[in-house]
Amino acid sequence: MSISATLDQTQPPRPAVKSRARRRVLPGFGLTMGATLFYLALIVLLPVAALILKTADGGFLRFWQVISSPRAIAAFEVTIGAALIATAFNAIYGLLMAWVLARYRFPGRRILDALIDLPFALPTAVAGIALTALYAGNGWFGHILEPAGVKVVYTIVGVAVAMAFTSVPFVVRTVQPVIEELKAETEEAAATLGASDWQIFTRVIYPAIFPAHLAGCAMSFARSMGEFGAVIFIAGNLPFQTEIAPLLIFIRLEEYDYPAASAIAVVLLAVAFTLLLTTNAIQAWRLKRVVKD
Amino acid sequence: MAISHQPDSLLQAPPSKAPRWLIGAGIVLTALFIVGPLLIIFDQALAKGLAVFRANLLHAETLHAVWLTVVTALVVVPLNILFGVAAAWAITKFEFPGKKLLLTTIDIPFSVSPIVAGVCYLLLYGSNGLFGPWLEAMDVRVMFTVPAIMLVTLFVTSPFVARELIPLMQVQGRDQEEVAATLGASGWQIFRRVTLPNIKWALLYGAVLCNARAMGEFGAVSVVSGNIRGQTNTLPLQVQLLYHDYNATGAFAAATILTLLAFVTLILKAWLERHTRGQGGH
Repeated sequence: MSISATLDQTQPPRPAVKSRARRRVLPGFGLTMGATLFYLALIVLLPVAALILKTADGGFLRFWQVISSPRAIAAFEVTIGAALIATAFNAIYGLLMAWVLARYRFPGRRILDALIDLPFALPTAVAGIALTALYAGNGWFGHILEPAGVKVVYTIVGVAVAMAFTSVPFVVRTVQPVIEELKAETEEAAATLGASDWQIFTRVIYPAIFPAHLAGCAMSFARSMGEFGAVIFIAGNLPFQTEIAPLLIFIRLEEYDYPAASAIAVVLLAVAFTLLLTTNAIQAWRLKRVVKD
Repeated sequence: MAISHQPDSLLQAPPSKAPRWLIGAGIVLTALFIVGPLLIIFDQALAKGLAVFRANLLHAETLHAVWLTVVTALVVVPLNILFGVAAAWAITKFEFPGKKLLLTTIDIPFSVSPIVAGVCYLLLYGSNGLFGPWLEAMDVRVMFTVPAIMLVTLFVTSPFVARELIPLMQVQGRDQEEVAATLGASGWQIFRRVTLPNIKWALLYGAVLCNARAMGEFGAVSVVSGNIRGQTNTLPLQVQLLYHDYNATGAFAAATILTLLAFVTLILKAWLERHTRGQGGH
């Protein structure tokens, strides 16, 4: 969850005059604010500015040539397509897990809850080789799936599997607390009025969790668009087929073609910023709705 | 990240028939999708027997990679703890214009692809980078060295502590600190005696997550490290190197160390979550 959206929820309204008086009470504003800005400038803003300035150096024509080249466009298509498949899977699986973990108590629930965080705790390179071994033709899953005609490794499906694995906690952990806060009365009222389980879910429950679900899916999609470590092992990295945009950046760097690498990186950066602002907007909208209720 | 904290009494009685298949589906999918990859790591690592596994773990390059990974985390985590505490103090104890912009800026590293983060640093400190000519004139090399690995890891993990502390300290307010200040306590005394006891579990929680990512980061580090064997190879890079050397068993053996780290992280996380709930977080 983004911090700015969380803040909106928790920040009590303070009269302006009072807050100005309060500023004088506690010490350390100059020191902590100075340190924060200095650190952010040095570690975050300066490197990001370097990318943008260096790309701008090359001129717009060069930038456009790189990002409109067939190979780059194919890489963007693979990345977006696989990220969409991954997000669609996570939308369903993540919602199921959030519901099961929030609503029911059963043996092994704690372990199941902890396992959901595994993709965030497991380094992506490890996830990458593990998924490859699992879905390869001779792997535990691959030797069942491949005779059935489902090839995962070295296909866009494999790319999507890796993306889904690394980003599923976003959906579960965004939706789960919202389900926990739902009031049982509305559901009971609907049931008393004769609504079926499915009607209760689609008409009463889902509208209440939709904004959180959307926010979780947006985060999952954003993470999938940028994922590298988990994907490159399972993808096979065939240009025009399973080559993702972050990998194309890496290949251009190895060829010392820095302008090409930075142009593609700028596109991914722009996508990331857009998704960050979108997620923040969804969260703000969600919290406004909560307050209104 | 939020976690359940609803008292059990408010929850529904043992599930009726509808939920039973939902729980079943959840367990089966998680077993296939998440436990499967976990188990195959150990299966592959032990594929050639315990002796080979042991030899792989004790390989000099792998041990050096472990060492470099630990050193990187030891530098990165404390710095990001300091940043997180400073940012949380400035943001939650004072009012100032542009607070939202600052919060969004703190979030940036989480939304940027690790590869893009690596490129940013390459274009700042590399020989073709913004500071390149200047660094060359001073005969300082940053790219493809251990400091470059640390810098890019600082970038990637900088939000972890801050985003745990900010929502918690916002909820806790400033009243206790203001009382302490009125009673004549210094800034450091207020922080150590009043704020720190209130936030210590959330601080640890953020540090644990920061550490896990610092030790496991792959994409950003692979751009700036130069992959020099036995010198600038962290453990995740070593896993990739062995894997591409057609030494899958060795790669999975090195991966078990990182998997162990993931286990420790999850256990600490679950344990800390119980404490942070008591402090009003999550």
